[in-house]
Amino acid sequence: MPLPPNKPLAKKPITQPKPPINMNKDHWKIWEVFLRSKNGLSHKHVGSLHAPDADMALKNARDVYCRRSEGISIWVVPSESITASTPDEKDPLFTPSDDKVYRHPTFYDIPDEVGHM
Amino acid sequence: MQTYSAYKMLYFNFAKIQRHRIMGTNHSFEEKFQAYIDGENKIEPKDWMPEAYRKTLIRQISQHAHSEVIGMQPEANWITRAPSLRAKLILLAKVQDEAGHGLYLYSAAETLGETREKMIADLQSGKAKYSSIFNYPTPSWADMGTIGWLVDGAAIQNQVMLMRTSYGPYSRAMVKICKEESFHQRQGYEVVMKLAQGTPEQKAMAQESLNRWWWPSLMMFGPSDEHSPNSAQSMRWKIKRKSNDTLRQEFVDKTVPQAHYLGLTIPDPDLRWNEERGHYDFGAINWDEFYSVLKGHGPCNKERIEHHVAAHEEGQWVREAANAFAAKQAARKKANHAA
Repeated sequence: MPLPPNKPLAKKPITQPKPPINMNKDHWKIWEVFLRSKNGLSHKHVGSLHAPDADMALKNARDVYCRRSEGISIWVVPSESITASTPDEKDPLFTPSDDKVYRHPTFYDIPDEVGHM
Repeated sequence: MQTYSAYKMLYFNFAKIQRHRIMGTNHSFEEKFQAYIDGENKIEPKDWMPEAYRKTLIRQISQHAHSEVIGMQPEANWITRAPSLRAKLILLAKVQDEAGHGLYLYSAAETLGETREKMIADLQSGKAKYSSIFNYPTPSWADMGTIGWLVDGAAIQNQVMLMRTSYGPYSRAMVKICKEESFHQRQGYEVVMKLAQGTPEQKAMAQESLNRWWWPSLMMFGPSDEHSPNSAQSMRWKIKRKSNDTLRQEFVDKTVPQAHYLGLTIPDPDLRWNEERGHYDFGAINWDEFYSVLKGHGPCNKERIEHHVAAHEEGQWVREAANAFAAKQAARKKANHAA
């Protein structure tokens, strides 16, 4: 038998355009979340979230990113604390290693008779 | 042998240099961007991207997030009256997942420079849309099953494709979501199965629910390809990897046998297996209904936004209290440090 829908939280007419959300009062800074899935593995970035402080960030991270035993340890870091390289720096930073083929083990041919090395 | 492996490494480098050439200076940014995408590379937040690519993604990801969040309402309707404790726990977990999915997606959209506050304001003012399916009511417990089976089933069809989308953060959010979405569909099918295999009245409940949700579920994939002007560009940018009609056909082909297993009838007299095509043919979709619901004239559009606004406003003191507490803690820490 059909039941009536749940009572709405508040009876306010919605036809009026809403006042804009107060950006300053509502604004919580962004945190990056890192999880260690089990001991022996390093923490891995899983996403970000909003929180007013570190304690709340940890609690939110538990709820948002660990609903199915994804981790045993959480790091939260304010996004603004991370210094990142930019895509423009990709060439000076990373191409010098491209022409150093001798750094890879496959550069060297060891006779099969020697066995696995 | 000696030369071979060194040659292999050099060849590998040569391929890299070729890739550099494509990204080099002889082409416009747009051409380089397209070539990069054609090479199945992912775009990351700080990479250069055309403004239209950024805008398309912000629109799509935020609407996807809004759908997850508004999608909590039709199901939350049944949390207080779930027929068993087991059913209630499952439903709670599922609705909590939808909240989580919304948050993954809002974060992904934020990497493109959009703020959370702006996205929520756009949802509440009606400027941003969400999936029309959530503007239908859930008057029956059977709807909790049908939504999981069909609505989440259709969402999975779309989201599995989106795991391969060209924007890194969106793709990663999709991988997480798809893992959890499979639970949603299976628990839904279980609810429908219990009803379909129960008393005649229970089976009738399942059938009645299927009758209401079947067509809106097919509409979830959006307008037909020829009426979906943005689709082609999204496909070129590999934001979308399959067309609306392709996804819809895949969904029908997968779902019809699942209905047969339950002994339920899909409410479409034109539905039949087409041996030649190797697909099910199905009847015409009522696009007038789709556009009408999209424009705000569905059975629950007003109620859904009203509820979202009310919940948001009633949570205002919590956000303020959290800010005040954080400020107090920070001040205390500073004072202790100074002492």
